[in-house]
Amino acid sequence: MEIEDNYLYTKEHEWVSIEDNIATVGISDYAQEALGDVTYVELPAEELEVDQFEQFVSVESVKAASDIYAPMGGKVVEVNRKLEDAPGLINKDCYAKGWIAKIEVRDMDESTNLMSAEEYRSYLESLET
Amino acid sequence: MSPETSLHHTPLADEHIALGAKMVGFGGWAMPLQYESILAEWEYNRKTVSIFDCSHMGEFIIKGDAVNCGLDRILIQSIADMPLKTCRYGAMLNDSGGVIDDLIVYRKALQEWMIVVNAANIEKDARHFRASLNANAHFEDISFKTAKLDLQGPQSRDVLKTWAKGIDQLTYYTFDQFQISGIPCLISRTGYTGELGFEIYCPWEKCKEIWKTILNNATVKPTGLGVRDVLRVEMCYSLYGHELEENISPRQAGLDKFIDEQKDFIGRQALLSRDPQRRIVFFVSTSRKSPRAGHKIFDGEDREIGIVTSGTFSPALQLGVGIGFINDTFKDAGSKIFFGDEKNKVSASLVKRPFYKNGSLKA
Repeated sequence: MEIEDNYLYTKEHEWVSIEDNIATVGISDYAQEALGDVTYVELPAEELEVDQFEQFVSVESVKAASDIYAPMGGKVVEVNRKLEDAPGLINKDCYAKGWIAKIEVRDMDESTNLMSAEEYRSYLESLET
Repeated sequence: MSPETSLHHTPLADEHIALGAKMVGFGGWAMPLQYESILAEWEYNRKTVSIFDCSHMGEFIIKGDAVNCGLDRILIQSIADMPLKTCRYGAMLNDSGGVIDDLIVYRKALQEWMIVVNAANIEKDARHFRASLNANAHFEDISFKTAKLDLQGPQSRDVLKTWAKGIDQLTYYTFDQFQISGIPCLISRTGYTGELGFEIYCPWEKCKEIWKTILNNATVKPTGLGVRDVLRVEMCYSLYGHELEENISPRQAGLDKFIDEQKDFIGRQALLSRDPQRRIVFFVSTSRKSPRAGHKIFDGEDREIGIVTSGTFSPALQLGVGIGFINDTFKDAGSKIFFGDEKNKVSASLVKRPFYKNGSLKA
């Protein structure tokens, strides 16, 4: 299972990469593997205000739909429109080309509620046992 | 007992795990959901050839005259006129005209029949046959002695030809006895995918040998139940527990052409005397967003008019597709519908079945 070292993670398997006050959000390798082939991504509206851990995206695979939660609260400033025609980018490249949305972060302290890559790795190991 | 340990296992359980399959519980059985990915397996089945382990399904042998032993009266389809070595799809009903199970009848001899039923219904069906057949009928449940492998896809015949000589003589819905590596098998030209395909019935203890022999041919890939469901929805085939239930009649489910109304059968009176009240519908989403079983169906005026029983993303159409029931009160509502819930509705169009029209089924 691939884990990107410099990202932060949630228990629901979203990743976030924060640069300045912009948080880029996606789902982890573990999540895309569990979902299987992604066939549809319901992207959030730009300008949407979300709270940390609020559901803001839904991702569908061939046989099921799953909710994605915002790892950081703030305003959605950009969404990955490429996913509209190529949702499989999430399976192919979940940590880069398969990013879902960018959020302008409201309160940087919220990042203390997230796991480091190392903590996420231990968390995944704990799920297996 | 935990749910996992109480699941039945087919003769291939270890093989599936060794091949890296994701296993799931289905109808009381531990079955492979997928080996690779559903989209890859879908593509391979529609273009090449796949093998499915369907050993979980049930098989019964009934011996006796079609009418005299009571079998004909249990089934909605006529069987007395079936030529030898042919199959016929149909169902058996309860007294209220609801479907106990859908099934395929194989006429093995003038007075010998094999009935193939759904895995989850084996015990219930066996009880119904035992209770409804006449005393002169011989009934045997061979479900746990008989394994079944489905070889499906446009190249299935070419692959099977290398072992089963004469397989190219089989026409749609016929069967015969063949040998694969010296093991006797009953092979029928039937399936659940919409592609040219065969169902191979073999002794339980020989199943692994046949599975390995067939997979030794690099053209064949193993395929799980996940894609099997996508394939059957694309063909608008019913699945028991979804489009068929004890409280759904075969008329409601759109199986009219399989009913022989001229003969007497259990549930006939209820079936023919009552208005269907609801009818099965097939619809295509206007986007990749897909309907799911349990979603509601609405008309253009936001009235709830029915329910979704099966839904999936269709790789063939690159759109969501669904099957459901609409109450007859709204039968004139038009072909534009919406699926989802009160908060989130997606538009869709009612269409004629099947969704996928380019299959090699009758090639």
